[in-house]
Amino acid sequence: MKAKKRFKGLPKIVTLAPVSIWLLLLIAIPLIYILVISFLGRNSNGSIRYSFALENYQKLINAQYLKIYAQSLLIAFFTTIISILLSYPFAYHMAGGSKTKKVIMMLLVIVPFWTNSLIRLYGWKTILGSEGILNGLLMKTHLIQQPLQLLFTMPAVILGMVYTLIPFMILPLYASVEKLDHSLLEAASDLGAKRYHAFLQITLPLTLPGIFAGSIMVFIPALGYFFVSDLLGGGNNMLIGNLIKNQFNISQNWPLGAALSIVLIAVTILLVKLYTKVGGNIDDLGVA
Amino acid sequence: MKKTKQKIIKTFGKLHAVLILLFLYLPIFVVVAFSFNESRRNIVFTGFTFEWYGKMFENTRLIEAFGNTVIVALCSTIISTVIGTIGAIGLHKYKFKGKGIIDTLMYIPVVIPEIILGIALLVIFSAAQMPLGLLTLIIAHVTFSIPFVVFTVKARLNGFDPSVEEAAMDLGANRLRTFFEVTLPIIMPGVISGALLALTLSMDDVIISFFTTGPRSTTLPMQIYSMVRSGVSPDVNALSTLILIGTITIAILTQSGIITTIKNNILGRKQK
Repeated sequence: MKAKKRFKGLPKIVTLAPVSIWLLLLIAIPLIYILVISFLGRNSNGSIRYSFALENYQKLINAQYLKIYAQSLLIAFFTTIISILLSYPFAYHMAGGSKTKKVIMMLLVIVPFWTNSLIRLYGWKTILGSEGILNGLLMKTHLIQQPLQLLFTMPAVILGMVYTLIPFMILPLYASVEKLDHSLLEAASDLGAKRYHAFLQITLPLTLPGIFAGSIMVFIPALGYFFVSDLLGGGNNMLIGNLIKNQFNISQNWPLGAALSIVLIAVTILLVKLYTKVGGNIDDLGVA
Repeated sequence: MKKTKQKIIKTFGKLHAVLILLFLYLPIFVVVAFSFNESRRNIVFTGFTFEWYGKMFENTRLIEAFGNTVIVALCSTIISTVIGTIGAIGLHKYKFKGKGIIDTLMYIPVVIPEIILGIALLVIFSAAQMPLGLLTLIIAHVTFSIPFVVFTVKARLNGFDPSVEEAAMDLGANRLRTFFEVTLPIIMPGVISGALLALTLSMDDVIISFFTTGPRSTTLPMQIYSMVRSGVSPDVNALSTLILIGTITIAILTQSGIITTIKNNILGRKQK
């Protein structure tokens, strides 16, 4: 009895301490540190100067950067819209299948993840290149005389983004279509509602949470996936992610990179706030 | 009339699903096909060969990078699964001051762009004067994996009847024995799904590794990233093909695990 009492608080500490300490040390503190650095200056040799400065934030507003922000938002926007349009019928079809079919289709969506995304994007590069498979095919069939410039264009970057991120749209959409109460649709049909009417007034509103969750999970990463733009955009289609990467990788301007990151964090928080405001559940994000 | 319309919609659905799957697998087919290509350049198929599967082993950088990837994936999976599992139990069972903070921190790696976590870790490693290498890579991978393990285990714990634990303790089992013989077996499917998720995330990670890796701890994705811009040699295709076959085999072997992952995480959501 006495022993039990002595150890009363122990299980709580043993279970909670590791995870709490890890998250505090490696998520909370690093992010706070990024915030601090974004207000620091930089010495001429590139090292961080420990004095308060607003110069990093002032540097964020210039014509070249504004163009990149706009471009990055545009790419993320198109990626999200195209992903919704492609995933919705797929998720709908999947939800209508038998249990085995559902599991198999789910596996088929997940399996490509097991090949590194860079390798798969490289596969696209092979397909889209000027001497690539697609151009070769079109030339052979005499549909075109000159190879088309497919690679290193904005559509190529969007294609790569949709390709890498589409599972994150399919899975939440599927979850919400699956939850749908089909008797509602039957009732609508019995009452004489046209198919598209029933879709617009019942199916779509009820699956909206899935669309929102998927959109968050596609739009936000699309702002940062610098490797997609590196591989398929060839330096002409930079994202906010590339801009941040360059500050840490090439220019060694950490304070400016930190300020850019803070902007990206602010955008993320704004979008997640918007998402919860329209009734989105934060638990529907992430675990794919 | 209504029947034919329904049929048309069904056929369209099927066709669309096939096209989407084709879209998902097309580049993988290309990668696999070119691993058997005679030519060094991944452009035209000139002839069939197994040459690259042998040559692959002579490419020491590639093999070393693959080894690093496996080390990092295994270590980070084990550490994140242990910390995440016991953490999930604690978070499920106990209320405490600051629980909200921990819950919020848990969501950060899930929603924030990976690049942010990557540079945040880079900056903190540099402040702590830790040289970038395998250790920093493992720490980084554990950091982004923990939340996913916690979420999957917690989902399993939600359907857990605490009276079973109480019964075991009333019968004289101590806490540790109760944990290993009662709690753990019940939550095991969640733990396995969490571990598989952590493994997948670690093997595929590009962005966070990019910032937390050192010159002598190149992982496979990093090695590929540096090659991909100029052109990948077919031995990379060969290795990727083998990895794909390997992972599919593991998936089939642990099929029950994968299927429970799917059932728990996606199919299970509708019960919520």
